Amino acid sequence: MASEVYLILVIVVMAAATFSTRILPFLLLGGVGRHPAVSYLGRYLPPIVMTLLVIHSLKDVPLTEAPHGLPHAAAVGLTALLHLWRRNALLSIGAGTFLFMWLQQTGLAAAA
Amino acid sequence: MTTVVQSHHSAFRATIPVMFGYVPLGIAFGVLFAELGYSWFYATLMSVVVYTGAAQFMSLGLLAAGAGAIEIGLASLLLNVRHLFYGFSLTERYARARAGRWYLIFGLTDETYSLLTSTPTRDPSFDLRVTAYNQGYWVIGSTLGAIAGGQLSVNTLGLDFVLVALFVVLTIEQALTLREAHPFAIALFSAGVAAWLLDSEQLLLGALCIATVILLVDGRRRHWPQRST
Repeated sequence: MASEVYLILVIVVMAAATFSTRILPFLLLGGVGRHPAVSYLGRYLPPIVMTLLVIHSLKDVPLTEAPHGLPHAAAVGLTALLHLWRRNALLSIGAGTFLFMWLQQTGLAAAA
Repeated sequence: MTTVVQSHHSAFRATIPVMFGYVPLGIAFGVLFAELGYSWFYATLMSVVVYTGAAQFMSLGLLAAGAGAIEIGLASLLLNVRHLFYGFSLTERYARARAGRWYLIFGLTDETYSLLTSTPTRDPSFDLRVTAYNQGYWVIGSTLGAIAGGQLSVNTLGLDFVLVALFVVLTIEQALTLREAHPFAIALFSAGVAAWLLDSEQLLLGALCIATVILLVDGRRRHWPQRST
């Protein structure tokens, strides 16, 4: 079934499409120089993108059926609290992920 | 010498959460890719030259259906439009890497963007290392998955949460560094509007567009009214 020419063509096209979305702003902004709007967006987009990535990665958590998003809420809560307390990224991420995996794998949250 | 070692060490340290996210995700991609019947080598090739998680997963279904290359290209374009917003914060920083900036731009994923914009440094070798480590995790994962197929049986259920936790931590880092509430308020408002108007698949891109418009209108009013013509 597998035509390698077809696959290579697809890979080349995907690479071009993906790279063009990554390089376009750099090409466009080269001409704009230091317009205040560019530096303003550059300063405030990262916190916005970060907040949106959190929301994006949690948007499909089912709330209406058990466990009602409880494992996610507990793990996000632990990650955030630990980080506000110790500000150690590996500790916060490790503990939050460990709690989440434990809740998922023991099925504890599903029973609750 | 010390600074080189420190930069190496701190770059690796910064990418550890991404390693725990990308390696299993890459393995999942490789396993599914192997089911298409192609040699494992092509999974590696795709992760080396395309390097985008969402579009690579999306391509699996289209490849299986024998969809046209143009169709798959357009779908990758749409899935990756959000990258257009990432350049704004990195143009000057990436220029410092000289020729290395081409690789930095190529390797700009959500996670790499998040790590770099949360780590203020003027050292381009840090940026290059973070980008290369992250791609390395993805390439290693997809290669392992494609070679081993379904034979890997480590229980990683729930490990995908590691990338959620990374974004949570980096959002807090941004808040602690910036000490301003309005970008977060704009993000929540935009996400709310996007969730109301659009379906869930378009939430991220839609909210990014709304937030950019709000930022531009607000910034023009408050920060550069005299310079606008």
